[in-house]
Amino acid sequence: MGKLSMGRLSVGKLSTVLVVLLCVGLPAMAEIDLSGSWSSKNTEDALERGGGPHPDDWAGLPFNASGRAKALSFSQSTISMPERICWFQTQWHIAAGPFSLKIWNENDPVTGKIVAWVIGGWETRAPMTIWMDGRPHPSKDAPHDQTGFTTGTWNGNVLTAYTTHIKTGYMRRNGAASSDQATITTTFLRHGDMLTLALVMQDPIYLTEPYIITRSYMLTPTPVAVAGPPCIVGYEGVESGRVPHYLPGKNPFVDEMTKTYGIPKEAEMGGAETMYPAYRDKMKDEFVMPAKCKENCGVQGRN
Amino acid sequence: MRIRISKGTLTRLMLFVVGSCIAQSGLQAQGRGGRGGPPPPPRAGEPIDLTGYWVSIVTEDWRYRMVTPAVGDYQGVPMTPAAIKFADAWDPAKDEAAGNQCKSYGAAALLRIPEHLHITWKDDQTLQMETDAGKQTRLFHFGAWKAPGNESSLQGDSLAKWDIDRVAGKPVGGSLQVTTSHLKAGYLRKNGVPYSDNAGLVEYYDLVKERDGDQLLVVTTVVTDPMYLREPFIVSSHFKKLPDATGWEPSACSARW
Repeated sequence: MGKLSMGRLSVGKLSTVLVVLLCVGLPAMAEIDLSGSWSSKNTEDALERGGGPHPDDWAGLPFNASGRAKALSFSQSTISMPERICWFQTQWHIAAGPFSLKIWNENDPVTGKIVAWVIGGWETRAPMTIWMDGRPHPSKDAPHDQTGFTTGTWNGNVLTAYTTHIKTGYMRRNGAASSDQATITTTFLRHGDMLTLALVMQDPIYLTEPYIITRSYMLTPTPVAVAGPPCIVGYEGVESGRVPHYLPGKNPFVDEMTKTYGIPKEAEMGGAETMYPAYRDKMKDEFVMPAKCKENCGVQGRN
Repeated sequence: MRIRISKGTLTRLMLFVVGSCIAQSGLQAQGRGGRGGPPPPPRAGEPIDLTGYWVSIVTEDWRYRMVTPAVGDYQGVPMTPAAIKFADAWDPAKDEAAGNQCKSYGAAALLRIPEHLHITWKDDQTLQMETDAGKQTRLFHFGAWKAPGNESSLQGDSLAKWDIDRVAGKPVGGSLQVTTSHLKAGYLRKNGVPYSDNAGLVEYYDLVKERDGDQLLVVTTVVTDPMYLREPFIVSSHFKKLPDATGWEPSACSARW
């Protein structure tokens, strides 16, 4: 068979069609592989991500008066209420927790295309699924949960994920809350074996400006589990009907940062102003550097 | 109308198709660390624009950056015993007396300081970064630049290169990698957490666009130091782009604040 009969196609058009068909398996944009186990480098905010922040440490947090009032009313016993035991764990847990990440991709079984990136590996959280197949976000009235709904797009080698539909959660583990209208934009910046995540929370209820956190990870051959122990609701001593809290002006911890580190009380109370360099001038005369670190100093065996 | 294609034409057609796919695939692979043609001149070929004024957003390590931590407060730094011993003896008065007020403004720690940055092209091969805090200047040299000697300095000698992400051969983004050597010994934190003059520094500069349109600069910093660090000290600092020089207030180095 030396000749082939074709339809009403010129050779040029046919070539174009074939190029499109044969190249369809290639990504439309430059992409990189994010899969693997990523070890968290907890050099930043080590206390906050490890043992937990001081109960009055809201410095550098751009919350508004409502956010501050809610945080001041927070008692750690709140999260012993059965209905709030798992309150912490929205996707912001990536920024606020110390956990390493396991990242993998889900593929369409027919085309082989990546339909989702999945981020797992930290305790008490369901994996975060980043849909890459162009599906829309649900209606704003759709149910919210702690995982939320996340879609992603590539821009060059940078993956940007956008999360909506998360339940009320936390920004810091000391009562600084995020509302169910909060959204999180997570940008994945890979440089060889290093991965930096830039997380930006926007919340019209509790924030006056975006709250931005960046975290670093190193690729590791040691497997990170795809999921940690789940958050389990149980009885922790808070009797039914009681809501642990502090009334306005009654939070007993509001000067802990001042006593421990000499940080002015106004700075502890946070607000967008405390994020910027100019704030140093404002508090300079009020700051009193302790003679020596007494607790949470980061030296093993010393405190 | 029907056309007929000979076997030779079909073969050429298939070669064209396969070649096109390989070319496209190759171009897509020319991302960070990928292969490409001859690099364009650094300034003309910049995949991202880092120039302009930027301000630190201090949401992390607040009590180590916005105020001066106490002696002995080293949370988060993987210090060796030698580093702890060194830092425990920190005395800002001694630094002042020795003219070493700028020890916490060296390249390895400079971007952790609450400050404004002003980034400009000094020439077609050199990106310049100035800070208002401590009035420091860093130069990022592209191409085949060689350090003039082995003399160490606070900001060291920095070699820069673009990592360019491409689609179909066209740049669609990227980042800046800066490797700095010949660092003079300094402090990772104001309270005397040291790095030695054998420290190495690698930085990655990325741009992130917020949904509200604001532009962020994210700098991931990796400091290695066999004398004072048990493992690489990795932090990422972020800055917001400003429309102008508002807030730019040059101030001298301080050993205490």
